[in-house]
Amino acid sequence: MKEKLVVIGNGMAGIRTVEELLKIDPEAYDINVFGAEPYGNYNRIMLSPVLAGEKTIDEIMLNDEQWYVDNGIKLHKGKEVTDIDRKNRKVIASDGTEEEYDRLLIATGSNPFIIPVPGHDLDGVVSFRDIYDVDKMLEASKEHKHAVVIGGGLLGLEAANGLMQQGMSVTVVHLMDKLMERQLDKPAAKMLKQSLEERGMNFLMEAQTESIIGKDRAERIRFKDGSEIYADLVVMAVGIRPNFALAEKAGIHCERGIVVNDTMQTFDPRVYSVGECVQHRGIAYGLVAPLFEMAKVCANHLAKHGIGRYEGTVTSTKLKVTGIDLFSAGDFIGDENTEELVFQDASRGVYRKLVIQNNRIKGAVMYGDTIDGTWYFDLMRDETDISDFRENVLFGQSHLGDSGHGEENRVAALSDDAEICGCNGVCKGDIVKAINDKKLFTLDDVRAHTKASSSCGSCTGLVESLLSHVVGGDHSIAPHLKPLCGCTEHNHDSVREAIVKQDLKSIPDVMKTLNWDTPDGCPKCRTSLNYYLLCAWPGEYTDSGQSRFINERAHANIQNDGTYSVIPRIWGGDTTPDELRAIADVADKYKVKTVHVTGGQRIGLYGLKKEELPGVWSDLSARGLVSGHAYGKSLRTVKTCVGKEWCRFGTQDSTHIGIELEKMTWGSWTPHKFKMAASGCPRNCAEATIKDFGVVCVDSGYELHVGGNGGIKVRATDFLCTVKTEEDVKEYAAAYMQLYRENAHYLERTAPWIERVGLSFVKEKIVEDDEGRKELAERFLYSQKFMQDDPWKERAEGGDKHEFEPLKEVNG
Amino acid sequence: MSDNWIEVGSLNDIPKQGARVVRTDKGDIAIFRTDADEVFALRDKCPHKGGPLSQGIVHGKRVACPLHDWKIQLDSGDAVAPDEGCAASYPVKMQGEAILLSLTPNEGCPNKQ
Repeated sequence: MKEKLVVIGNGMAGIRTVEELLKIDPEAYDINVFGAEPYGNYNRIMLSPVLAGEKTIDEIMLNDEQWYVDNGIKLHKGKEVTDIDRKNRKVIASDGTEEEYDRLLIATGSNPFIIPVPGHDLDGVVSFRDIYDVDKMLEASKEHKHAVVIGGGLLGLEAANGLMQQGMSVTVVHLMDKLMERQLDKPAAKMLKQSLEERGMNFLMEAQTESIIGKDRAERIRFKDGSEIYADLVVMAVGIRPNFALAEKAGIHCERGIVVNDTMQTFDPRVYSVGECVQHRGIAYGLVAPLFEMAKVCANHLAKHGIGRYEGTVTSTKLKVTGIDLFSAGDFIGDENTEELVFQDASRGVYRKLVIQNNRIKGAVMYGDTIDGTWYFDLMRDETDISDFRENVLFGQSHLGDSGHGEENRVAALSDDAEICGCNGVCKGDIVKAINDKKLFTLDDVRAHTKASSSCGSCTGLVESLLSHVVGGDHSIAPHLKPLCGCTEHNHDSVREAIVKQDLKSIPDVMKTLNWDTPDGCPKCRTSLNYYLLCAWPGEYTDSGQSRFINERAHANIQNDGTYSVIPRIWGGDTTPDELRAIADVADKYKVKTVHVTGGQRIGLYGLKKEELPGVWSDLSARGLVSGHAYGKSLRTVKTCVGKEWCRFGTQDSTHIGIELEKMTWGSWTPHKFKMAASGCPRNCAEATIKDFGVVCVDSGYELHVGGNGGIKVRATDFLCTVKTEEDVKEYAAAYMQLYRENAHYLERTAPWIERVGLSFVKEKIVEDDEGRKELAERFLYSQKFMQDDPWKERAEGGDKHEFEPLKEVNG
Repeated sequence: MSDNWIEVGSLNDIPKQGARVVRTDKGDIAIFRTDADEVFALRDKCPHKGGPLSQGIVHGKRVACPLHDWKIQLDSGDAVAPDEGCAASYPVKMQGEAILLSLTPNEGCPNKQ
């Protein structure tokens, strides 16, 4: 017998929980859902666009009735549960329907607060909470002219905007002296009011409603000061209250909401609660974002998967009024312990304020251009130290030491055929359609369904904006809480820590100890774990070839036609006629289609068949050439200029230092590819300031630069320090590489890594701590002892034979 | 279903969580071996852009295409949602340690070439 789960509340929170449950354990329960509204489940936050005529009810439906049928769920639609009999474990609905439960989920949401002024029960007075209310308003807008919205908060303004779009003359009545005082500071509130006024909205500020006057229906509103205005439609949007009457009646402990613990259980452990009706750690959320995390945790517990805990959500707000971009999060007012960074450009209609404490973002308000809202929000939730880029933080992420990608910021204004993702050719229309049709809520969802932002990632900001535009926000969890992949709840850092602390020495070990959800992982976690283990246990860990991407497994780069490229190492870009002859001979012998000089000062042979590789390598190896690792998350090249040996401007022997660096670091595996360069003078012909580690020679020594990137997002390096000797350069390089190897997440280049951990952290470890630097360098060199056997030679001599030979050739 | 079973090798010829290719004059067939020692055979061509599935990472009963990371179900050849498409699958069975393959693809997927 399956256990029975009853869900009271057919809204977003309840159904999201059911969806999460179906994902992880579809067979766990017989599910009954009670919903007071006569519909399937819809996206309540998108009611505003429906009212404004920008969307239809169909477009905001999340689960139609067929979905319940398909998933074997019994939907009691239009039935309000009136009693919970906890003793006999059943619920009773207003029409007498009864359902027994083994576990119960209460997701009754919240109720709009109605000010009990005389006349509040007249016809024509509505709240703004559900489809019924929207229908009422749309009906009224057809026959009546004067709408008054009481409440100048988020909901009130969205209602007012919608009614205005429906052709009504709208006045917003607000008790306070500024709009959206819970989300906006004075300047932003002023800008908002001004642009709403320009659109024709009227405001009565600091006005207190005394009564609503009318015979059969509302006609006028009278205020405390005695004044009156016409009002045939009155929308009360002054706030919401958690709806816990039913739970309270059943004797479940409630305060300002239904009190739940971190696993979303009420004081009766058989009874769970999620969404706006709950009070968790003293907080009752009036926003939709937390329910996604609550639902996940609750579903986990219902499925008896144990360990997930809900620890609260930091929320952000966006106003869904087309043409007005507004973002707010956290503490945006501040106090005597905080500072403010403010950017204001009135004629462009842009305002940004960040509230900072100890170089951490506590809150943000943005008006006009909100593309960086997600970035600020992530920095805030991750409590990132911003001191290293404080001077640029207000200008947005695209100004962080990099240039390139002048992207369009206002996605709402783009046409449907505007290309958003250049890598995969995905247009705005495709993404919007997928978000709507497939009910997507997070960036990862959009990536999976459309491939947008899944390759180089440079359009991530745009995709996030589209999500905000279409479903009211990217409902991803805070980055530092993100699990490594779908196989585990653990994140990169906690996995790395466990590997070292718990002495885990193989991939199956890690998966077993950390309770992986899948038997043998996925490409994401296996490749990460293989690297983390290799880094933690040099000389001890046996590399798992099957947990490496094909390029690293086969030591050659797979090309789009399934052939491979071969790029031998050319130390520091210096080569010899013998090496060139060797390469030319191989190119001749194997009839190589393309011989190409690469961006890293090497020569690539393209179009080789896999089974030819060992032969090619054997020939190259015999002439002294080794793998260039052009295929790996590893040291790639050290680019150099000719330096003082030839150049009249050269200050040091940059070629020599480049060769030395490459000899020291070749063969090392890193979280992502790692490129170096050494320039002989500040003219910087080797482009050292867009490399992961760059050396710029100066007369007095060597400038060291870190965290550059010439790829997707051009990022100039940060200056680390100046050192005196070549030996110093090598020690600092080794230490820096080891710090990156031990600290960065798998597939994180040095540029985003440094932006995440901060340059100060790197300086502290490499420049300020001599002892620590030496230890890092030693660990790097120790690990290198096991890494500098040429993988090509090994395979030319018969290693990994199975990789390069077909199993069999047959005819027929 | 075909009776023309061809012996293509033994289980130990393929690494766990790995794959190898059988060359035929009608194109390559990838033979996969999972961590649990199950063996599957698929046309070595991803339904997306023709990537060689034999070169992908095998996990559970799936393989990730090396070109664009589509996940293909090893038993059916179907792409894992939200992607859509399939690679033809081939009957394969074990006889002791020997892997027997039939060159007549299973019904259901049009991508046989």
